[in-house]
Amino acid sequence: MNSPTLDLPARLLGSRAEPAADLAGHLARHGALDVPRGHPGAWSRSVLEAVEAAGLRGRGGGGFPSARKWDTVRRASRRPLVVVNAMEGEPASAKDRVLLVHAPHLVLDGADVAAAAVGASEIVVCVADDRPAVATAVEVAVSERRRAGMSGPRITVQRPPGRYVTGEESALVGWLDRKLALPVFRPDKSRPLTVGRRPTLVHNAETLAQVALIARHGPEWFRRQGTPEAPGSTLVTVTGAVRSPGVLEVEFGVPVVDILRRAGVDAPLSAVLVGGYGGAWLDGAHLSTPYAPGPLAAAGVDLGVGVLVALADRSCGIAETARLSRYLAAESAGQCGPCVFGLPAIADDLERLAAGRADVGVLARIDRRAGEVVGRGACRHPDGAARLVRSALAVFGADARRHAEGRPCAGHTAPSVLTLPRPPDDRRGVR
Amino acid sequence: MLATSSTTLWYTTRATGVVALILLTGTMVLGILTAGRVRSRQWPAFAQAELHKWVSLLAMAFLSLHVLTAVLDTYVHLGWASVVVPFTSSYEPLWTGLGTVAVDLMVAVAVSSALRQRISARTWRGIHWVAYGSWPVAMAHALGEGTDGFKLWMDVLAGLCTVAVTVALIWRISEHRRSRQLADRMSSRTRVVPMRPVVPSRPAGPPVIRSGPGGAARRAEVHALSVDDLLMEEQP
Amino acid sequence: MSRPVRVRIRVDPVACDAYGYCAELLPERVTLDEWGYPMVDGTPVGPELVELATRAAAACPRRAVHLLGVPG
Repeated sequence: MNSPTLDLPARLLGSRAEPAADLAGHLARHGALDVPRGHPGAWSRSVLEAVEAAGLRGRGGGGFPSARKWDTVRRASRRPLVVVNAMEGEPASAKDRVLLVHAPHLVLDGADVAAAAVGASEIVVCVADDRPAVATAVEVAVSERRRAGMSGPRITVQRPPGRYVTGEESALVGWLDRKLALPVFRPDKSRPLTVGRRPTLVHNAETLAQVALIARHGPEWFRRQGTPEAPGSTLVTVTGAVRSPGVLEVEFGVPVVDILRRAGVDAPLSAVLVGGYGGAWLDGAHLSTPYAPGPLAAAGVDLGVGVLVALADRSCGIAETARLSRYLAAESAGQCGPCVFGLPAIADDLERLAAGRADVGVLARIDRRAGEVVGRGACRHPDGAARLVRSALAVFGADARRHAEGRPCAGHTAPSVLTLPRPPDDRRGVR
Repeated sequence: MLATSSTTLWYTTRATGVVALILLTGTMVLGILTAGRVRSRQWPAFAQAELHKWVSLLAMAFLSLHVLTAVLDTYVHLGWASVVVPFTSSYEPLWTGLGTVAVDLMVAVAVSSALRQRISARTWRGIHWVAYGSWPVAMAHALGEGTDGFKLWMDVLAGLCTVAVTVALIWRISEHRRSRQLADRMSSRTRVVPMRPVVPSRPAGPPVIRSGPGGAARRAEVHALSVDDLLMEEQP
Repeated sequence: MSRPVRVRIRVDPVACDAYGYCAELLPERVTLDEWGYPMVDGTPVGPELVELATRAAAACPRRAVHLLGVPG
């Protein structure tokens, strides 16, 4: 197998020369997909096996094997519901929006396939309510399909509130079920989430787009890109200290530095934030790490939702981490004590550390609190914040110690490379 | 003979009533302190909570005796129905009725607590909250229905009970204020998300700079959906 | 079905309101963080502590303490 490069033809995003946003363009580029109706038992099994053989893992941050999710939902007695999670609450990620605007039919095809495989009667596409243009694009695509006479389950577009936490699977289903977008304590993850009493299959939009391609071309085709352990391609949003930030499609295994170079890096980088704002820092010395779950994990970071934020040498990693931890603290759902109290306390300490005004025990205290918060929330939000903070203490360790001694680096007053949404002003409840 | 046993019953009714009232007061005070998270050096908090439970059970025991002797006493007529249906007795319907209301509330709490594992936490809490009302109602019943003879010490007793509950309530309210201030101070620089998610008014996402074919850079707001700008060129 | 002889303690963090009874009753498995919320040791509890664990679950005012049976 060739070593992965950036130059293989993009599967999901295509090229600007051949737009595939509308139905005609989509069919011209990808061909038609025949999804049998009724109760296609043999077809369901074969497509599930294909997805399993392809080794597709979720692209929404969890990295869970997709076929296994279908298994859980298929066994239920009621007709399941398929939810397309395009909430993309991660501020540094734009891949799902791009996909839905440029290739909505690919995502809808994937949802159709998943629905047929698990016997679902309805598909709901969830787009954050502060992205009306994206929601409209999906609605346009849905009505195109209807006008073209395409059969399949009913597809609706819903617009849940666009907070960080709403994209979390149980919170999203909670909103669909009871209009309350709060994560649920799930000691037993083998029982599926439900809307009403219908078991619900939730997939990230990109995952479903990959499903649509696997259903057309098969698992061997899918595995022609990527590595044996991490097959296929994936979307990455690259921002930060790069000349051309944006969304790239890359095959797994490409070195991180190549992805960054494609986005236009011309200054030395001290670190790269990988996975999202709840992700972790990758040391600038390890940028040749292949972009794939295994190698990244060995380097102490997680794939997350496919985000790379480049941090230049002139910036201060501690200051940026302080801003991130404050953002994450503010985005807590507010349900669990360790998260509600622990995250702001860590953010307080990090802000003092960044300004060089912290006491001598601050590093140990931050590390202790970060360690204590892991696993003690209903969702993985505090875990992500803890991972981010601890990776900062490791990657920016020398700088952190200087800050703690009252000698902050010059970069802590540099402008941030992060995009942090303004906190919402109104406190209207949502029904 | 009848008169003697009636008198015995009558004294028992009054005595058990007074004891039940004292125990109910104790239950109230302990309940307020437990809910207010009072922390004593000597007592672990769970023990306090259990003490509240045991005192309430004791109060129920004396209450049962009080009701039983009252109904069995033929000197005044109280039908069994008036034990649970308020204001239906022929004797002093108002004051007896208040006692009935107190009984109803206390029984509701007892039953809901026995079934605690089976009912929702919110239901249990709701019933418990309503039961706060059983104390003033029982007090009114005692003062109105309570008879002659020992009016003075009864008043003193009622006064002490009222003082106890009032002090506990004042403590609880001030404690609640203090802990809210602490929580607010901790989250003063971080907006703690309210229990219901809010409608956000945030800007869309990373502003994007694209190098066009001529190399010109252009800022494009994602929200305006020049999402084209987000797509990377395939070849440099 | 017989009562499992070993159980694991899990706290529902959404329901928990930091009363702290669980830590008082079962300090072998539950300690409190600086804000009064429980930190639970997930090690299964043997027969000698099962009764206390059951009591801790019953004592919690928010019913946040769950006992998960461990087979064997």
